[in-house]
Amino acid sequence: MNCLRATTIFRNSLILATAFLFPALLAAQQPTPKADAPKAYALVHAKIFTLAGAPIENGTLIIRDGKIAAVGGQVEVPQDAQVINAEGLQIYPGMFDPVTQMGLREIGAVSSTVDSTETGNYNPDVVALTAVSPSSEHIPVTRVAGITEVLAVPASGGMDSFGPNGVIGGQASAIYLAGWTVDDMQLKRSVAMVVNWPEIQTKTFDFATFQRKEKPYMEAKQEYDKQVTELTDWIERARHYAQAMGHAGPADYERDLKLEALVPVVRGQLPLLIFADRSREIRNAIEFCDKQNLKMILAGGSEAYKLKDLLRSRSIPVVLRPMLTSPLYEDDPYDRLLSQPAELSAAGVKFAFGSFDNSFARRLGQNAANAVAYGLPYDEALKAVTLYPAQIFGLSDQVGTLESGKIANVIVTNGDPLEITSDVRYLFIRGQVTSLDNRQKRLFEKYSARPKP
Amino acid sequence: MKAARAGNALLKAFAVIVVLHFLMALGVLAANPPDAKAPAILLIQNATILTVSHGTIEHGSILIRDGKIAEVGQSIAKPQGAEVIDANGQFVMPGIIDCHSHIAVDGSVNEGSVSVSSMVNIADVLNPDDIDIYRDLAGGVTVANVLHGSANSIGGQTVVIKLRWGAPASRLPFEGALPGIKFALGENPKRSNFSIRGQEKRYPATRMGVEETIRAAFTEARDYKSKWDDYNKRTSAGEKNLIPPRRDLRLDPLVEVLEGKRYVHAHCYREDEILMLLRVAKEFGFKVRTFQHVLEGYKVADEIAAAGAGASTFSDWWAYKVEAYDAIPYNAAIMTRRGVLVSINSDDAEEATHLNQEAAKSIRYGGLSREEALKMITINPAMQLGIDKRVGSIDVGKDADLVIYNHDPLSAYAVVQKTLIDGRVYFDRTRDIAERADREKEKKALTEKEKKSAEKKSEEKKPEEKRQNEKKPDDKPKPPQSGRGSTADESDGVGSAADSDRGAL
Repeated sequence: MNCLRATTIFRNSLILATAFLFPALLAAQQPTPKADAPKAYALVHAKIFTLAGAPIENGTLIIRDGKIAAVGGQVEVPQDAQVINAEGLQIYPGMFDPVTQMGLREIGAVSSTVDSTETGNYNPDVVALTAVSPSSEHIPVTRVAGITEVLAVPASGGMDSFGPNGVIGGQASAIYLAGWTVDDMQLKRSVAMVVNWPEIQTKTFDFATFQRKEKPYMEAKQEYDKQVTELTDWIERARHYAQAMGHAGPADYERDLKLEALVPVVRGQLPLLIFADRSREIRNAIEFCDKQNLKMILAGGSEAYKLKDLLRSRSIPVVLRPMLTSPLYEDDPYDRLLSQPAELSAAGVKFAFGSFDNSFARRLGQNAANAVAYGLPYDEALKAVTLYPAQIFGLSDQVGTLESGKIANVIVTNGDPLEITSDVRYLFIRGQVTSLDNRQKRLFEKYSARPKP
Repeated sequence: MKAARAGNALLKAFAVIVVLHFLMALGVLAANPPDAKAPAILLIQNATILTVSHGTIEHGSILIRDGKIAEVGQSIAKPQGAEVIDANGQFVMPGIIDCHSHIAVDGSVNEGSVSVSSMVNIADVLNPDDIDIYRDLAGGVTVANVLHGSANSIGGQTVVIKLRWGAPASRLPFEGALPGIKFALGENPKRSNFSIRGQEKRYPATRMGVEETIRAAFTEARDYKSKWDDYNKRTSAGEKNLIPPRRDLRLDPLVEVLEGKRYVHAHCYREDEILMLLRVAKEFGFKVRTFQHVLEGYKVADEIAAAGAGASTFSDWWAYKVEAYDAIPYNAAIMTRRGVLVSINSDDAEEATHLNQEAAKSIRYGGLSREEALKMITINPAMQLGIDKRVGSIDVGKDADLVIYNHDPLSAYAVVQKTLIDGRVYFDRTRDIAERADREKEKKALTEKEKKSAEKKSEEKKPEEKRQNEKKPDDKPKPPQSGRGSTADESDGVGSAADSDRGAL
């Protein structure tokens, strides 16, 4: 959206506006699971895309105790299962949006509804899950698009988010898009440490007037260097801290919650999710992680194509920013972002699509389909919104495909789930039929029924 | 030493970028310059033709003469000398009309310093080199309603353009299209989201004040008009030596509104403000041509329909501010069902590149038919802009503004292959791709040349000059949207944000 304006100022002016908001937030979504829900479901006569093998015609999927109990062409239907005839329909794993601010931001312009970005530059100890609001209206709206789990990512911006994001933004949490409480919604509390790779920012140089509005380059470069030095320092201190933890008893060193939060990072147990778009920043981030021996996932990656060989050789996966944004530069080909997924795929770089937003999360499938239109093989596009994000964030033993033993996050559609006009008919989260109702549908029904004045 | 060298290299790189941008502005590196002129006779064959006005023609042909559609049908014999586009397996539809755009504008779209800025005109600041013209063409857009921003209750004058990439600014406006004026209601004109601490608030700061600002302006305009009417009447009755009323550039466009010579395009969100403007319009006897965004239009669709106003809305934007919290993707469908003339617009250069997909969302959300969805980006916006006799459907006599897709355009898998305006190909995907290598080569050569000349210059410079040079401002322009909010090019709040809407707020 080219009209993005960095203003933190307007947040201050909107406290009044929240008066409108509270009734809306209190109107709770229909949470799941219901108390009297059946123990097992059998979805029969569907075409099943397990994404773990060839599609199954006229297949059966059994769900029990929240998990997929069986899937195949010749599967017996258990006596106690509620049978859903899915003839003419198709079954897929639910989609997985790996960068959102779900539950962390309700209305971008109203600061009291925004918990997505902590103040300050280094916040490794804050965890997204803590601030996820299970009653957010974005959750049921997003479900309707066939998305069953997302990462809530702190300090990840968003289309209607403004202001700086800090360098170490906090820990991203994997959440189900349903649950009575945050605990119900938790898929994994901490899946990645967010880093916004510093940029050399002189703010603006207006080519229309050829006037500089902000600081000179060398100053900006110095700030960049300072931030990278600070980041390095944080990592090195965390490494010393980890050593101290390993060699001393708890009484022998002073606890530091921020350093403690970075210990899994320096031990290689928690990847860095590094936001960077331009090739210069991406390359610097990769060099940094190489040097520090850290696990890296790239987010954004508008110019990942320039470093595709490096990304492949280092096995660094990418969460791609929506292609429904303009190319970075005026002289980029008009389809630069649209054709990038095909290029990365051909080069063997693993990637997932992300919405990087809340209210646009429902465009995830559209985004993937657009990549197909510009050359990405369809199966890869489908996996890039299901299996690949699960693999990238270490959750593929639980979600991402339809296989026995996995968590039953399942969608039943009347067609290609990436296509704009397809509809989700049933949606299961943790094996429970989950409501496809939402605030928008209710407003639709209410005003469709308005009598003529 | 090392750091200084690195700094120098960056400076040079920056200089190169500056020059490249300058060259691009001159059109040296302009993407895909269009053909010198349109062929006199052009025949598009074997296409699935979505006429919008009279159904779909399979394996059909369109004959174009001198930029106009001369014949549409199942089979048309190739006239002598006709150029042929074989669109076998492809889909042709009317060029997309974007009823809310801010492309091709030089600088800010908001004269936000005053509450009534009717004296300024977007037509005066058209920039034909804006790359977004080309990008939107590549998304099938042929006509755009280029609007002033939404900082003011009554904003600036607006202009309808054809996306004739490569033509000078004087050739962009749609010939004969009535001009418009932007109004804005709600959070943006009351500057809810733009307060700067320590700065006095501009009137109006409430929806009450927005109404009064509009009523006050039209009260003035009505008095001003009656003075002119009186003067004209007496002059034509033969009275001599009368002093004419003093001309008021702010009120002239409002008089045109009262006389039905200028369309009102009113940015709005909430149901109450929509009804407010309808009341004010009735009081002063003018029409609201379109409500723009109109995200709560579904709540008062009957009233909008009864007033004969159009509605131009987003497909699925919501929740970016309070007045967009009740926005629903069913909006277009409900309004259509209740008899409102509805279009889907972009308000954004990138969104405009897939309006076909955005229109398709109303099939899923609200159950519109394929035909109804297509109309919302073709004939409906054409009617809203009063240009439906010229564009908006594939009919004999209309301008040959056409888009050719490789796939059903109401799908996320469709890619624009060609875009024609007045029978001339302004975008051709095959050609765009074929020319990329050459453009890349040209850019490299220019970069090399510039590097060399920068090196030469820096060698010639005296030491103190060099130091000065190092302190010079420099940076590449920030990517327009890394989505991280930190790179905004206009962060001064009042008077800078483009339109309201998403992001712009």
